[in-house]
Amino acid sequence: MMAAMAMFETMFAPTRLVHLSSIDIVIIAFYFVLVLAIGFYLKSRANTAEDFFMAGREMTAWIAGLSFLSANLGSLELMGWAAAAYQYGILATHWYWIGAIPAMLFLGLVMMPFYYISKTHSVPGYLKLRFGESSRTLSSVSFAFMTVLMSGINMYSMALVMKVVLGWDIHFSIWVSSITVAVYVALGGLRSAIFNEVLQFILIWAGALLIPILGLIEAGGWSNLKLQIAHNASSEYTHLWSTLGTSTGNPMGIHWTGIVFGLGFVISFGYWTTDFLVVQRVLTAKDLRAAKMAPIIGAAFKMMVPFIVILPGLLALAVLPLKLVGETQAVATGGHSYNEVLPLMLARYCGPGLLGLGITALIAGFMSGMAGNVSAFTTVWTYDIYRALIKKDGSDQHYVNMGRWCTIVGVLISVGTAYLVMSFASIMDYVQALFSFFIAPLFGTVVLGMLWKRATSAGGFLGLLAGTVSSIGMWAWVKVDPSAIRYVAMSPSATDMAANMYRALWSWIVCVVVTVAVSYVTTPKTDAELNGLVYGVTVMPHEEPVAFYHRPVFWAIVVSIVFVILNLLLW
Amino acid sequence: MHGSGISIWFFIGVSLLVNGVLITGAGIWQVFNPPANPVVLFYLHANVWWGAVLTVIGLLYCFKFAPRRES
Repeated sequence: MMAAMAMFETMFAPTRLVHLSSIDIVIIAFYFVLVLAIGFYLKSRANTAEDFFMAGREMTAWIAGLSFLSANLGSLELMGWAAAAYQYGILATHWYWIGAIPAMLFLGLVMMPFYYISKTHSVPGYLKLRFGESSRTLSSVSFAFMTVLMSGINMYSMALVMKVVLGWDIHFSIWVSSITVAVYVALGGLRSAIFNEVLQFILIWAGALLIPILGLIEAGGWSNLKLQIAHNASSEYTHLWSTLGTSTGNPMGIHWTGIVFGLGFVISFGYWTTDFLVVQRVLTAKDLRAAKMAPIIGAAFKMMVPFIVILPGLLALAVLPLKLVGETQAVATGGHSYNEVLPLMLARYCGPGLLGLGITALIAGFMSGMAGNVSAFTTVWTYDIYRALIKKDGSDQHYVNMGRWCTIVGVLISVGTAYLVMSFASIMDYVQALFSFFIAPLFGTVVLGMLWKRATSAGGFLGLLAGTVSSIGMWAWVKVDPSAIRYVAMSPSATDMAANMYRALWSWIVCVVVTVAVSYVTTPKTDAELNGLVYGVTVMPHEEPVAFYHRPVFWAIVVSIVFVILNLLLW
Repeated sequence: MHGSGISIWFFIGVSLLVNGVLITGAGIWQVFNPPANPVVLFYLHANVWWGAVLTVIGLLYCFKFAPRRES
């Protein structure tokens, strides 16, 4: 055993951010054994298409809710926002609060009933029911394409992080993680992916919670932390709203309208209510109340995530003896970049064992992100592309087999993408941008489809197309002429992040305007055809009366009150 | 997922229990064999008490969601 470990350790390069002990490697190895064991155990429960693609639609609100949140809580998210907190201060918290909570509550209370009652297997599937085949094809092809690319990017990012943090060989990381994901998703389907996402969620908290606790002890509490940040950086770094009056008054270069309307409305609602990667988790809920409750449970936990992501970034500003810099400067000078803030804080406080758990949490986050992308890709490919366009009359078993093969093929394409990104790093920026092209217009199409019965099939399709094309157009315009950012983002000093938010807002508006205009000159469906799909013409299923504290609306109000209080406290 | 096969919470209990025992063990070893380059706040022995917390939670989950109790 010890000899094997010694060999394992010598496989890796000597340059690394942290050094693992034997006990850390045992903890990481145990994680791999456990996820594979879960996959093998669940194989016997993934025999039908409903089991494989929808986890049997039997998840409790807690499992669906934690999985819903966990599918988004990848390691890139954790490390990226900890880095953003170091760079921009507490403003990064907006991506967890106003950039998520209202949208998650809206999904639970308003949109989930329609997704659930329609018994759709996917978001493109809902578009088929509401707007017809052309809208489904457009959204499913773009989603499948982007999802599998994102999985590859996730894979490459993990390998890169493992190389920088631990000195691991990049090919070793890519192949071990991809084979593991392929095995447990192909065996157990979506249920296996969901089980591992819940496990990952617990591991992330178990592995990361000590950093803010010990960091606050070292800094001498929140008040002293703010004083130290004001001394080392600026007092602007600890205010959530008061610096957003102008785009030049805060480290992010953004105006409050961009945060509220771009992030809080379009990007957030687009992502949390129409990105099938996360919505798929809620569709597995066992009944309508669980489906409505799941996003609200997710929202409650989402509000707490800044404690383990943003706070470590802020603590690093106060306690780290070295100054972190941008990636380019770090490469040029041999220093540490913002992106390394979370591993640096982990190494600062965590000794043997705890370090292994923290690294396991990072690996789990990456693998869960890959599994989420692959399982969503598998469902959309099998239901919305293969069954809709290629083979309509296959047996249930045929589609399950297709799902299993598609998982393996999806992982292999992801590996190919990972190697492509390795050769052309700039692809990552383009794919991230490409993904954002579809989310904001898709939200416009889905929300109009659910809330406005006059929206027609032609209106939905052309609105989605126009919104997507306009988003690509604005992005290309700024690429060709960088000064155009003053029009797209309403400020010549806007950062890429601010430009993304305004581009999303404009493309959503284009989608809505085109959908409304085309709908008024085309023929709508009858009320009978829209039953179960649109607000106002849907007969809601009877729900058993339950105590007020079991009702989703009660917990949505509680989450909303806490959300407002937190924003006021950190104003 | 409760009542139809092994619960996910049982797997989580196993994970927390095994990790907790390993981390506590490593922490106790370090109490008696302090490292040459200790982590910041080493004197708090975070791995001992955090590992113990994980062990207790893991034990509770393993016991509450053990497969034999669901049959």
